[in-house]
Amino acid sequence: MQLTDYIEPLMQGAWVTVQLTLYSTVLGAVLAFASGIGKLSRHRTINAICVAYIELFRGTSLLVQLFWLYFALPLAGSAIGIDLRLPPVLAGVLALSLNIGAYGAEVVRGAIASVHPDQREAARALNFTERQTLWDIVIPQAIPEMMPPFGNLAVQNLKDTALVSLISLGDLTFRAEQIRNYTQDSTTIYSMLLAMYFGMALVLTVLMRGLERYVTRWRRARS
Amino acid sequence: MNDPIIKFDKVIKRFGDLTVLDELDFEVGRGEKVSIIGPSGSGKSTVLRILMTLEGIEGGVVTVNGEPLWHEQGPDGLKPASEAHLRKMRAQLGMVFQQFNLFPHMTVLRNITEAPVKVLGLSKAEARERAEELLELVGLADQAQKYPHQLSGGQQQRVGIARALAMRPNVLLFDEPTSALDPELVGEVLTVIGRLAEEHDLTMLLVTHEMRFAREISDRVCFFDQGQIREEGAPEELFTDPKEDRTREFLKAVLD
Repeated sequence: MQLTDYIEPLMQGAWVTVQLTLYSTVLGAVLAFASGIGKLSRHRTINAICVAYIELFRGTSLLVQLFWLYFALPLAGSAIGIDLRLPPVLAGVLALSLNIGAYGAEVVRGAIASVHPDQREAARALNFTERQTLWDIVIPQAIPEMMPPFGNLAVQNLKDTALVSLISLGDLTFRAEQIRNYTQDSTTIYSMLLAMYFGMALVLTVLMRGLERYVTRWRRARS
Repeated sequence: MNDPIIKFDKVIKRFGDLTVLDELDFEVGRGEKVSIIGPSGSGKSTVLRILMTLEGIEGGVVTVNGEPLWHEQGPDGLKPASEAHLRKMRAQLGMVFQQFNLFPHMTVLRNITEAPVKVLGLSKAEARERAEELLELVGLADQAQKYPHQLSGGQQQRVGIARALAMRPNVLLFDEPTSALDPELVGEVLTVIGRLAEEHDLTMLLVTHEMRFAREISDRVCFFDQGQIREEGAPEELFTDPKEDRTREFLKAVLD
């Protein structure tokens, strides 16, 4: 097996990694918004659910969450007669997005809380409803604050996808392991693996910067 | 005063142990321009913030247009107002803030049209037409597409005035509208407020430290001290011949 023979399986794995990152980051962002806003809610049940979710997923290991969803949940399901077997991709995306969602929730909550109270007062004086105030006035100003930490979380998430190889999902790390078992060429394989994750992280960082520039374009208007 | 548009009846406001308004009685007539002056911490701004429903009250009754603001008629007398009641009452009032409080992520035009569209249900075209008239009024017709941070403080405050007027309030509250401005920008804002006072039958309530301006535009000036009106009267009277020692001291301190 030659070095060039490594490329194709590694690219296949990289593509799975990209998809996992994309799906779980998007779903994670949705969860982050929902639970971050929910944590600020005055509705006690909503508030309690969001706090419980955030603390549970921030306070436990991603690897254990992944194993729990993939190995424990089906057994728990069959004990009560429901089929809760998840395909590896679904278990992987779920675990990753629940995790990034819990960390992202704190980012969302913090960014919303950082919008100056004067803005809410101005909105109240103009008779906006609370919902309009949140979505039209507060969140558009909070989003730029969220972008740098969200960028970090997205890169973190990309790197965390390596864990899904442990539930035999054919991502980049899984493919690399396969080749290594076959060739015993650990140095080459792991070096390529590092380089590929680094390259993907770089692309992701650039994409997040672009998104940040887009959501902060009103700040850069010149006189 | 018969049929005042604003009436404070023994209103009490506390922040913790601090009593900001101490059984305040205060009335404003329809179309009247009233200036409130006084030392800081005297409760001047609190009067406006209570009217704009940004602060609640601990006692007494505030009436706007004959209806209690912070209360509703219940089966056995007045009960605390619901959010729906506050929304209804708020529609009669507008406020211009010391720090302008424009929405930084919206253009000048959208700052002015957003509430008329979302809250009053105007069409975009109607709201835009209204906004353009108002920008003309405050002398900023050519700045509609700019963002607040691209404007000077004086321009931002004029947008703030246009934004409040776009909701067509009966009463406009000015909370130290020039206190955050560089001295050379105060004039342009006062000119706009002065023109409004002259040309509109809008009721205006102005908290200010600009004594000369208060004297020029007001029908009546109220001197606030320690949560009460210490002295009030026509501007000529109050500024040239104050009856109370406390008023005299204050005016001497700010006018020298």
